[in-house]
Parts: sequence; structure tokens; C-alpha cells
Amino acid sequence: MTMIFGVPLAVFMGQLTLGLVNGAFYALLSLGLAVIFGLLKIVNFAHGAQYMLGAFAALLGFRYLGINYWLALFLVPLVVGGFGMLMERFLLRRIAHLDHLYGLLLTFGLALIFEGTLVNFFGVSGARYATPEALQGGLNLGFMFLPTYRAWVLVAALAMCLFTWFMIERTRLGAYLRAGTENSQLMQAFGVNVPLLITLTYGFGVALAAFAGVLAAPLYPVSPTMGSSLLIVVFAVVVIGGMGSILGAILTGLGMGIIEGLTKVYYPEASNTVIFLVMILVLMLRPAGLFGKEA
Amino acid sequence: MTFMKKTLTASIAVAAASTMAVSTAHAEISDNEVRIGYLADMSGTYRDLAGPGGETAMEMAVADFGGSVNGSPIVIFSADDRNSADVGANTVREWIDQRNVDMVGGLVASSVSIAVTKVLEENNGLGIVSGSAASSITNEHCTPNHIHWVYDTYPLANGTAKAVVEQGGDSWFLLTADYAFGHALEADVTNVVEANGGEIVGGVRHPFPTSDFSSYILQAQGSGAKIVGLANAGADTVNAITTASQFGLTQSGQQLAGLLIFLNDVHALGLESTQGLLLTTGWYWNMDEESREWSERYFEEVGRMPTMVQAGIYSSTMHYLKAVEAAGTDDPEVVRAQMADMPIEDFFARNGSIREDGRMIHDMYLAQVKTPEESTGEWDLYEILSTIPADEAYRPLSDSQCKLVQN
Repeated sequence: MTMIFGVPLAVFMGQLTLGLVNGAFYALLSLGLAVIFGLLKIVNFAHGAQYMLGAFAALLGFRYLGINYWLALFLVPLVVGGFGMLMERFLLRRIAHLDHLYGLLLTFGLALIFEGTLVNFFGVSGARYATPEALQGGLNLGFMFLPTYRAWVLVAALAMCLFTWFMIERTRLGAYLRAGTENSQLMQAFGVNVPLLITLTYGFGVALAAFAGVLAAPLYPVSPTMGSSLLIVVFAVVVIGGMGSILGAILTGLGMGIIEGLTKVYYPEASNTVIFLVMILVLMLRPAGLFGKEA
Repeated sequence: MTFMKKTLTASIAVAAASTMAVSTAHAEISDNEVRIGYLADMSGTYRDLAGPGGETAMEMAVADFGGSVNGSPIVIFSADDRNSADVGANTVREWIDQRNVDMVGGLVASSVSIAVTKVLEENNGLGIVSGSAASSITNEHCTPNHIHWVYDTYPLANGTAKAVVEQGGDSWFLLTADYAFGHALEADVTNVVEANGGEIVGGVRHPFPTSDFSSYILQAQGSGAKIVGLANAGADTVNAITTASQFGLTQSGQQLAGLLIFLNDVHALGLESTQGLLLTTGWYWNMDEESREWSERYFEEVGRMPTMVQAGIYSSTMHYLKAVEAAGTDDPEVVRAQMADMPIEDFFARNGSIREDGRMIHDMYLAQVKTPEESTGEWDLYEILSTIPADEAYRPLSDSQCKLVQN
């Protein structure tokens, strides 16, 4: 059997694949954070809670309204994104002129409120969300058994990442957005409704988190605390990629998923810390992050 | 004159004696209140197995006891240890220094319990550990200041692992939570498996808590072991079992053995993915009339059926209060001796008694998760297969490393 650093090739390939699947999640979540920070300069600490709300909305929508997975994948981001827009319009906008730290505190506080409220009603054990029928079963890749659903997650998350990148970097709307954050007064003078643009952008970032939440619902037990542990990792990914860099967030997310996956084979005890080690290294060598522009 | 003098002296003596009698009677219960601290994970991974439900169970015990001991009211303080040994130890230090707390109950994550019992030993307090699993709590970490109530890793291994090996599951791969509890369980399971002719072929120590188990399940599949043993608890176990079913672990001929499974875990996972699982438990709500009666009262308060930990918190609090009443004091040393003197026989504990190492031994049960067809209701989840008698279930004192045991 071919061995790679003392690990059979099959196991190595399997871990690489799983790392890629997890990485796609990191990419999707850090992308939302990067969009919100890059364009609005808000450090959105409620991102994990918004991801969790996405999963919960899918669960409760199915339980009480009979909304199936595919419909949820479309509807939940709209609903949770809309909720995000209300947050921006009535709370975040009031402190937009203050230091970033206030936005961080506000979103962190909101996240604690969302989590605490749901813990009160649902506990922390979590509930199961059934895998949609079309995606049950698995694919035999030769070196591993890959559940079909995980393959779908990889495809769906990457497609959404590319779509977002395209929207922001390659369309007229994206150009308005980038210009609006660069010089909002000038944009307003041209007749563009900048406050509306900002609300929509925040809503879009939140919708991305909710989309990731729906994708995660069949994978992990849906529980109020599912977002908080992930959030720290995702922030580390954004810092490594460079705050506000869209492409950076996507590539770093995938890369960190793979690095974490391989750590789980070679030294599992460190798998929770390896991303932070990388973060420290990157901050020492390239303080603006791998893809960030020096400020 | 002599008469006068005598009477005077006598009356002074009587007065003095009576004041002394009165003051000792009051001083016996410090601050004229029995103060109990409830310390547990109220918001994280272990919330549902103890958490706020455990606090309710403790309140039920206090209310059933009448709310006071010999006229001194019983007061409960509670705090969230967030599964952090530092937070737990500091909370208990503050409770003892500033609030004169007489007993600390709850105590879930083993790492927290070990830290807290050290603080209790330094400050001559009293703790009753109900939620923790590590058998080291009454072995190398034993103190004269705490009692371990509900279960520990020794009977878990002794019950589940032994039964699984006897059914032919003789090669094991262990997924271990990387902290005190997981290490203790791993050691106890390894001993039992090897003593019964089985073999541990591999294992992974994963960080606590972990949400994504796919990588570890893949390693377990690659190991070729017949049994994948889960030496973890709470949400970690739930995640591991969910992931194992997604990766078709059981279809490929391997079997899962959950070494610490709580009622709320099975409830969360559903019978579809847990049916047939063997487990060892200290108590089950539906095991007899007495248990059912208490559990239904609990259900009315909380809306969920109690876990063995929550029932154990009621049982231990009740036993503590009875001991305080019998001893007429809340002095930790006296109360602990009094608790050990009284046998424990209630809806929770059968043939219960407290050993010199602080281990409360009682009958344990080997149970199996029902199939969806067998279950008649949301909480009808276990079938009790056999009873493991109290004196066989726990680590024998002859193997003890506890400093309180003379070997």
C-alpha cells in the first residue's frame, strides 16, 4: 500500500476530501463576513448566530409548515436575510459613525440574545433534520465512502461562493457597492441610494450565513450553540485571508479546511488549534493577511 | 447570706448554661441557614443532562424536605461553570469565602469537579458530585470533602464493554474526548476489554467539544475494528453517532458502543439511529413505580423526563439534608460521616451506601435502546436488561489508589 508520511494513501485522500467539504463551509461563512466587513466595515459577531438561525428556520419550517429542504434552501436565506436588514436599518445604522468596536459589541450582544432565547426553548442537545431523499446514500470513491449529501454541500457552497464573487467584482451593482463604500457622498450626489445599498449588502451577507445554516442542518444536530464554536474559526479564516478580501476568504476557507483535516490524522489533539497557529504565523509575516492589501 | 450567695451562684450558672445551650444549638447550623451551591454547565454541551433541570430537581428536594432543617431555612445559590475548571474553582472559592456555602452540588464536567473538590479540600467544604463520570474522582483524586453519587466510568466499562465483548465484539477502536473524563473512561474500558480477552486496535483523542466527527469516523472505518467505542459524552456522542450513520459505519459491518449515553442523547438522536445500542445507566425514569411517580412530578415542572444525573441530584440533596437534620449541624466533616452512616434507599438508589473513598455505590443497570416499534411514547426509550449489583459495579476498594483507603 502506498503510504504518505506513514498514512495509507486511501486514508490520506479520504481526509483530503473531507477537509475540502469542511473548507467549503468555512469559505461560505467567511465570505459573508468578508462581504460585510469589506463593504460596510462592520465586524459581524452575530454571523454564527445568523448561521444557526438559518438551520433553525429550516427545521421549524419543516416541522410546522411542511416546507421541504429545497424550498428552505431558497426561502430561509430570504427570511433570515430580511431579518438581518431590519437589524441593520434599526440598530447598526445608529452606530455606523462610531468606532468599529461598538458594532462588534452590538452584534455580539445580539448573538447572545438569539442563542440564549433558543436555548431556553430547545435546550442544547439539538434536533435532527432529515437528509432530503434525493441526496441520501453515498458514493464509493474507491478510497472512501462519501455520503452524497457531503458531495452536494461541496458543490452548492462553491457555486454560491463563485456567484457572490461574480456579483461583487463583475457586475454594475457590485461596482456601485464598491464605489459607495469608497466614497458614499459622491455616490449619493450621483443619485444612488447608498443607505439602501448598505442595508441590502448586510442582508445579503446574513443570507449567505443562513444559506450555510440550511446546508448544515442535515449534517449536524440543529442546536442553538452550533454557530458560536464555528464563528471563532471563521474569524480566524477571514484574518488569515485578509480582512475584506472576497477571493481571499474563499481560498483561505478551503485551504484551512484541508489543513485542519490533515491535522486530524497526524495529531488530532491539535485539530482545534491548528488554524490559530496558522493565523499567528500569517499575522507575523503578512499582517494584512494572505490576500489583503496593506492598509 | 450564704443562702443568698448560693442561690445567686446557682442562678448565674443556670443562666450561663442555658445561654450556652441556646448558642450551641444555633451555632450548629452556621449562619442559621443551610446554604447549598448548585454548580453545573447551564448553557453548553452538558446543559441538558444536568443544567437547569438539575437545579429544579434540587429545588424539589428542598421543597419536599420542608424548606428548612431544624428551623433553619435552606437556601440555594446557582452558577454556570461553562465547563471551565477555572470558572468552577473560582466560583466555589467565592461561595465559601463570601457566602459561607455549606455544600456544593451538581458538578458535571469531570475536569471542573476535580478542580472544585481540591478547593473544597483546602477550605474544608463539602461537595456532592452528581454529573461527572471520571472514576479518578474517588480514586487518585479522592478527598475527605466530597462524595461521588450517580455513576462513574468504572461501571460504564464494566457494564457496557463487558457485555459487548461477551457478544463477540473483541476488537475495539476508541474515540476519546481529550480531557480527564475521556482519559479515565479510555483506561477503564481498555482494562475491561483486555481482561475479557478483547483487544484495542487503535484510537483517536479528539478535542472537547468537537462538532465534525467525519475525519475520526473515517479513521475508525479504516482500522478494521469490529467495535467503535465512544469514550465521550453529551453533544460529542450525539455528533459522533450522527456522523457514523451518515458514513454507513454500521452497514460496513462495524458496531458502535456508546460508553456514556444519557437519556437526552437518545431522545435527541431518535430511536431510528440508536436502536439496539447497549448502555449502562445508574437509573431510568420508567424502571419501576417509585421512579415513575417522581419522574412524572419532575416532568410537570420541566417538560422533559429526567436523566439519571437530575434524579441523582434530588437523591443526594435529600440524603444530605437528612444527614444535617440527624447530626444537628452543617459542619462538613460531621455531615459527611453522618451521610456515610445512613444507608441510601430511595426511588433513585438501591442498596446504596457511601464508602470510605467517597464513592456512593448502588445498583447499576445494563439497558438497551428500544426499536421504534417497541417504543410506546416519546420518552419510552430503554429496556432494562439486567442489574449489576452495587458491590460488583464499582472499582473494588482493594484496587483503590485513594489516600483515604488503607490497603
